[in-house]
Amino acid sequence: MKARAIPTRQLSQRAAFSLIIVATIIVVIPVLVIVLQIILNGASAISWDFLTQAPSQAGKAGGILPAIVGTFYLMLGTIVFALPLGVMAGIYLTEYARDNWLTRLINLAILNLAGVPSIVYGLFGLGIFVLLFHFGMSLLSASLTLACQALAMTVTTSREAILAVPREYKEGSLAIGATRWQTIRHLVLPQALPGIITGAVLAMSRAAGETAPILVVGAAFLIPGLPQSPFDQFMALPYHLYTVAAHVPGMPKSTVWGVALVLLVVVLSFNILATIIRLRTRQRRLNA
Amino acid sequence: MKMNSVLSNIDKDKAVDRNEVKLRTDTVSLYYGSFQALRNISLEISERTITAIIGPSGCGKSSFIRLFNRMNDLITGARVEGIVELDDIPIYDRTIDVVELRKRVGMVFQKPNPFPMSIFENVAFGPRRHGRYNLGELEDIVEKSLNQAALWDEVKDKLGQSALSLSGGQQQRLCIARVLAVEPEVILMDEPCSALDPVATLKIEDLMRSLAENYTIVIVTHNMQQAARASDMSAFFMMEEDRAGVLVEYGLTSELFTNPKDKRTEDYITGRFG
Amino acid sequence: MLEQLSPATTAREIKKNLRRRWRFGEKFIEGWIFLAGILTIVILLGIIALLLKEGLPIFLDTPPWEFFFGTKWYPVSDPPTFGIMPFFVATIWVTLVATAISVPVGVACAAYLSEVAPAKVRETVKPVIEILAGIPSVVMGFIGLMLLSPLVQSAFNLNTGLSGLTAGIMLSLMSLPIIISVSEDALRAVPSDFRQAAYALGATRWETIWHVSIPGALSGITAAVMLGVGRAIGETMTVLMVAGGALAVPVSPTEPMMPMTAAIASGIGNAVRGGLQYQALFAIGLVLFVITLAVNLVADRVLERQKRKFAR
Repeated sequence: MKARAIPTRQLSQRAAFSLIIVATIIVVIPVLVIVLQIILNGASAISWDFLTQAPSQAGKAGGILPAIVGTFYLMLGTIVFALPLGVMAGIYLTEYARDNWLTRLINLAILNLAGVPSIVYGLFGLGIFVLLFHFGMSLLSASLTLACQALAMTVTTSREAILAVPREYKEGSLAIGATRWQTIRHLVLPQALPGIITGAVLAMSRAAGETAPILVVGAAFLIPGLPQSPFDQFMALPYHLYTVAAHVPGMPKSTVWGVALVLLVVVLSFNILATIIRLRTRQRRLNA
Repeated sequence: MKMNSVLSNIDKDKAVDRNEVKLRTDTVSLYYGSFQALRNISLEISERTITAIIGPSGCGKSSFIRLFNRMNDLITGARVEGIVELDDIPIYDRTIDVVELRKRVGMVFQKPNPFPMSIFENVAFGPRRHGRYNLGELEDIVEKSLNQAALWDEVKDKLGQSALSLSGGQQQRLCIARVLAVEPEVILMDEPCSALDPVATLKIEDLMRSLAENYTIVIVTHNMQQAARASDMSAFFMMEEDRAGVLVEYGLTSELFTNPKDKRTEDYITGRFG
Repeated sequence: MLEQLSPATTAREIKKNLRRRWRFGEKFIEGWIFLAGILTIVILLGIIALLLKEGLPIFLDTPPWEFFFGTKWYPVSDPPTFGIMPFFVATIWVTLVATAISVPVGVACAAYLSEVAPAKVRETVKPVIEILAGIPSVVMGFIGLMLLSPLVQSAFNLNTGLSGLTAGIMLSLMSLPIIISVSEDALRAVPSDFRQAAYALGATRWETIWHVSIPGALSGITAAVMLGVGRAIGETMTVLMVAGGALAVPVSPTEPMMPMTAAIASGIGNAVRGGLQYQALFAIGLVLFVITLAVNLVADRVLERQKRKFAR
């Protein structure tokens, strides 16, 4: 009786499939390890005091409230600058720009800006906002710097959101004597709004996690009190994490993990928020 | 241009009103870049008539009616030669406000395109953009327009509902109401019934009849029976070898369909091609 | 009852109404929209101008040859020397390690997700990858510091776990999402007709993937790799925390080292504004900018070409 031999082609397929499954596992496992480790090691540091008190003993004890507040101020500051400008630029590119060299240059600029390393944005912020504009090492300088970095993203997401609005709506509006801006303001923008907001939330999430630019431009480690004006210096979660992890000897381990946990929660919750908005609008559109 | 002698199935009294020429083209050619879409079209459309633009697909019928509300301007590279006039005013003149033109010359599209808003908001959209914000005024305009579009009775209790919840035929009538709300003088219709079922189609044809008492209507249609039963005048377009559209014959519908002067018209109407 | 208006008067009336309006509100807003449109160009030019203005003067003090190929970076010695070879080589090392890990793993994972994985698996794995993409770089650096570097230290018997290897591994994790996502898109863009043809000829699924899908997606995958490389080159916090910070030119990846991004980040706080070290750091920024620009531009070109290849 002949033994049932598995043909070599099937064997190599099985081997190949195992390899690519292993590759996927290699991708997934570290993520789970990282998230779990941060939760497990950091949870013990989380307490009401931790989240609402200022640091004491040169940061080794107390809470991280100023860093949390600073991060939220930064997120706000970034989006206040980057969103309106990004939306307007998106409107320009979809509704007004003609197919000429200028438009091509703008698209090229957007692509390049998206690829500039964050430390170079830091240098830019230092040279322009801190020094040239004399805003100093402040919330304002940092927000503007992060906004420049976020601009490429807000323009791109706004542009895509506006392009997704069906042409028939625009035609119908123009054909009854509405002007271009009226059509944009009353028809196109409201329809594109969910996509624009999703982009804004993602940009905020990114701004919350950025360290290199604010390292150069104004974040400080220990500041008494919360920033009262945009020209004040500020603390921020990512910079705080960097400092206590690498530059403060004698830091209680759980505290450092706690900072990482808070930062991770802030960033991921905004990501999840953006996803929820995206899914719910898709659902609503399908039901309409 | 006196036409009262030959309008047999149309009210003789109205013939006097129909003497004014509303829309005119004089040797008009339309180019998209280097491609010529229309060649040397000359015709006159009288006010308060229904003119059907017929012909095989691709011969430029839609491009033609879009000359009258300058919707071709939206296409990059579109260029018009010759004169297009509304009420004896050349509308491709640089001093003309296109937005105001489109208020006077409204358009209904092939696929109904109501805005993703309530029925009320759809009809009120135009007047609002032209400066009417008073809610009472808007309510009157909405009711009047929906009545004119023969849709009021069907939607008067659900004006707040989304326009997308209506049937295809109702949506198209809503689009007509939307155009009527800005008080145009001319209504252009680009195959308005091709996406609708026969019942809805007939409703719209009846609607056109009643609208023609007050508005000048130009309708592009693929459907010859529709052109024959619903229009006063018909213009037959065809595509020449270089794919440019030309006007082959233009005249009373009753004559063009029973006694066409051009052999090409006859061939099209009898179905030898199309 | 028609009013007896002469045609001329009527025409004049109507033409007056049809005459071009000056819509001031509209023009005002459109002006701002245009300004916003060119803002991206302005910022990009601003970055270039600033880097040139602050960075070029260093070449008055240090000749380019010495700057680019010098191996001694002593900003506080007298006289200070600015040679960036240690940083440049360090960047190469960490990028190499990161690429060597992330490319095979990423492309394989992309192949699995787009060609083989059942929908349920895809729906579970994609969010995980998105979480990975969302983890801030400082957190990655922190994890590298706390979890990975002790492992590397003991595995290779080193004095310190802070090395180019550690940094490279963390960087590979950060490059994975973009490599996977772009490769997946590239694979999915290969028309199914090609695959159907292969199956019809009796090929197994893997053979189809290997001989049809992957070659068809090759330019997209190349672009993905380049984007991943660009990401690794430009990353700052992770390497700052984990690569070791040593100033010697590294000859092996297990040495502590300081890539260009980390060099700027650690030096800029101390540099006197306008001083030589300041200028030198900006010059490194300029080098970084040019390299990442070039990589991203090429990647974009390649992606455009792939899109055109299969456009129908």
